[in-house]
Amino acid sequence: MGRSLREGSLVPILIVLAGLIVVWYVAAVLMNWQGMSDFYQRTDVSNVSFGQQLNDVLNAEKPLLPAPHQIVGEFWKTTVEQAVTSKRSLVYHGWQTLSATLLGFIMGTVFGIGLAVFIVHNQAMDRSLMPWIIASQTIPILAIAPMVIVVLNAVGISGLIPKALISTYLSFFPVVVGMVKGFRSPEQIQLDLMRTYNASRFEVFTKLRWPIALPYLFTSMKVGVAASLVGAIVGELPAGTSNGIGARLLAGSYYGQTIQIWSALLAAALLAGALIALVSLAERVTNTALGARA
Amino acid sequence: MVEAKGLGLTFKTADGDVVALSDVNLDIKRGEFVSFIGPSGCGKTTFLRVIADLEQPTSGSITVNGTSPADARVNRSYGYVFQAPALFPWRTIEKNVALPLEIMGYSEAERRERIARTMKLVNLDGFEKKFPWQLSGGMQQRASIARALAFDADLLLMDEPFGALDEIVRDHLNSELLKLWASTRKTIAFVTHSIPEAVYLSTKIVVMSPRPGRVTDIIESTLPAERPLEIRETPEFLEIAHRVREGLRAGHSYEV
Amino acid sequence: MSMFQRLLAAFASGFALLALIFDFASTEGAPLPVWEFPVVGVFLVLALLSLARFRLALSYWIDGGLAALGAIGLIMALDTLQQGEPGYWFALVSAWLFAWLFAERLSSAISADKVREVAGVLIPVVFGLTIVVAWEAITRGGNVPKVLLPSPSGIWTSLIDNIPKIAADFQQTFLKAVLAGYVLGCGAGFLVAIAIDRSPFLKRGLLPLGNFISALPLIGIAPIMVMWFGFDWPSKAAVVVIMTFFPMLVNTVAGLNVAGHMERDLMRTYASGYWSTLFKLRLPAAAPFIFNALKINSTLALIGAIVAEFFGTPIVGMGFRISSEIGKLNVEMVWAEIAVAALAGSVFYWVVALIERAVTFWHPSVRGGRA
Repeated sequence: MGRSLREGSLVPILIVLAGLIVVWYVAAVLMNWQGMSDFYQRTDVSNVSFGQQLNDVLNAEKPLLPAPHQIVGEFWKTTVEQAVTSKRSLVYHGWQTLSATLLGFIMGTVFGIGLAVFIVHNQAMDRSLMPWIIASQTIPILAIAPMVIVVLNAVGISGLIPKALISTYLSFFPVVVGMVKGFRSPEQIQLDLMRTYNASRFEVFTKLRWPIALPYLFTSMKVGVAASLVGAIVGELPAGTSNGIGARLLAGSYYGQTIQIWSALLAAALLAGALIALVSLAERVTNTALGARA
Repeated sequence: MVEAKGLGLTFKTADGDVVALSDVNLDIKRGEFVSFIGPSGCGKTTFLRVIADLEQPTSGSITVNGTSPADARVNRSYGYVFQAPALFPWRTIEKNVALPLEIMGYSEAERRERIARTMKLVNLDGFEKKFPWQLSGGMQQRASIARALAFDADLLLMDEPFGALDEIVRDHLNSELLKLWASTRKTIAFVTHSIPEAVYLSTKIVVMSPRPGRVTDIIESTLPAERPLEIRETPEFLEIAHRVREGLRAGHSYEV
Repeated sequence: MSMFQRLLAAFASGFALLALIFDFASTEGAPLPVWEFPVVGVFLVLALLSLARFRLALSYWIDGGLAALGAIGLIMALDTLQQGEPGYWFALVSAWLFAWLFAERLSSAISADKVREVAGVLIPVVFGLTIVVAWEAITRGGNVPKVLLPSPSGIWTSLIDNIPKIAADFQQTFLKAVLAGYVLGCGAGFLVAIAIDRSPFLKRGLLPLGNFISALPLIGIAPIMVMWFGFDWPSKAAVVVIMTFFPMLVNTVAGLNVAGHMERDLMRTYASGYWSTLFKLRLPAAAPFIFNALKINSTLALIGAIVAEFFGTPIVGMGFRISSEIGKLNVEMVWAEIAVAALAGSVFYWVVALIERAVTFWHPSVRGGRA
């Protein structure tokens, strides 16, 4: 079913996107119109033509909802037209967030796979840990983010590591759950076949469990990488941090800089898209290597 | 009951056109039991689906119960039994049988009466409150036959209904189906790829062959109406089976 | 007993011996010998005697009992000692190894069908208790700074002392923002999915977009929502609506497509209309997908509401409390609030899961017993 839905979906996506942008413009005009009228009244400007007000509304400095071109303009200004080392560059802030995300994601994935291996091979471990790991997926663990940051700061650890730890924590759980499921996915007849070869547990793992679990790995990595990014961004919220996309969001909300908030959101969306595309690419390469039909 | 003249159906696929049916001329009379037999790809299921208005023919004409297949479907003139039971797992057996009755707007009382009657007909009384997944494959398929019988259409279309069952259950269901046919006097169109099944059940056997899907032979059965299972060892039975096999061979059906 | 279990047993008794040899604890610099703590003493002696297992069979219940005895003794000891010395830590390791040995042996007994499956519930409980006991012993016996990690008993006290505050936070965040946002977001996602269901074009355009948007850090729109809807709970509910909308949309659209071809043909042979097919076939078949979204969203909703409060709130709410108390380095209160959030999240999830079980009882994943 997924295939038939995906076939030739580029045109529909583009048209739906175009529709969304139109709706956005209409919403931007409607939401900011009143504010602009109030502004005219306060500054004693009268006899503004409709066209003039429309133009002012679409180029306001602190609109309630900025128009798409304003967001893209701000994004352009803070990425291409700024030195990447500048504190005003979104590239700089984006990299702060991305590096924490990647470090945390890689650690979370490695730990997750490692723990899944133990759980699959040790029954007591399975019975002790799995209920807690499954339960931990139902709780808002992101809430601990500020505490991790502040407490680690208090003991002198700051910068990249605390954020990465939150990302690790968030990407760890989906990977464990997915990989335990994946390592358990061989059919009984496949396990019986390996048994007839008198294969060791290690051989069963490398030749059967690992390859069969790979699709599960990529699925959970996609969830994990998205969670990692959220973790890194939320890790940038507590007062005291001034680097990263999260800090940009917070600063924007303090000073009512809506355009800055939206361009930071755009950067976050692009990062998320790039990260997921990266995982999907790795998935595609692996699938081709394993002879899956494209 | 069903009349097809010069019926053809061509599927357009990425690899070019596939002729599923070509120039099919066939008459199914009221009260007949007609089997369609042939290897896969011969169009027997497609033909059944054309009768049911699930596929549209690309040439020729067909009438069902004197109307077009589309009207026949809207008039609920036939019941259809699929290869698999296709029972809804969230409904009990009686609720599954009630499904077409609900859609067709039967009253509560009439529904209850018809469920009781058809459940008895397929020997499933006592299992009304069970869920499909609590029954064996044979019982599930009987429930799906009950569902097709529930709204009393004169025509029963059966697409390899026993194909997924083991031979012992299949024999049993075959003889039950014959009894059902005798007691309800329905017209049955039955798709199968088992020669003994076709010969045992039918009054008329339509032999089909693939590439393009077409009718190669139509054999009128000379077996008596009363058919115990042992009839399958009589010379008469073997003679008809032989003719069917010849028909299949003539259509090059055994090429691999 | 397997090789591994023998090893565990040997080490458990070995550490008990070490605990008897080394200094146990101290108060104001003065050493406290182990016989000042009779329960721990009894535990250590029995632990040594358990070496008899290499001559005669000992039930794993004895290991479990030893672990429990050790845990009780070590926790009781915390009231008198100020600082755990090596002996205390060796005793802790010994008790922990006995708990592990118990879990290992009980687990093998279950696999060998010697004990009923129900006993398996004990194993995660033992694991959880072990963590809490070790946590309490290490934080208090090792005098870990409260800022770094408060003890469970400290968190509990903080929770009890602040019940009115926490209850107000819970009402603000969970009962108002989470529930309102969850109902609106899930409801809207479901209705939009039904609305676009008849248009394959919209489905092809919206489904990949919806999938992509679900993966975005949507939480970032929180500052915008605060600007639009103000500081109080409606802005948090708005964040929750946006976060829960897309998973619901995508799952419902996918779920509406799972009904098999044969079942659809069946409905067609009945000349069933669009709505009748929707209600009798496609929606029931989609139920597992819809519940999947409801479960994902139960967690997302709580996260959304709490994190959105980091961007500004009136002076009440779970997210507000977490971020303001951590600013005062009042870590115990933060942990208490997190514990309440965790409990609320789990209960919310399990309530949805229970309803799922009742509604999709027919689905193989539910019938099979394992969720």
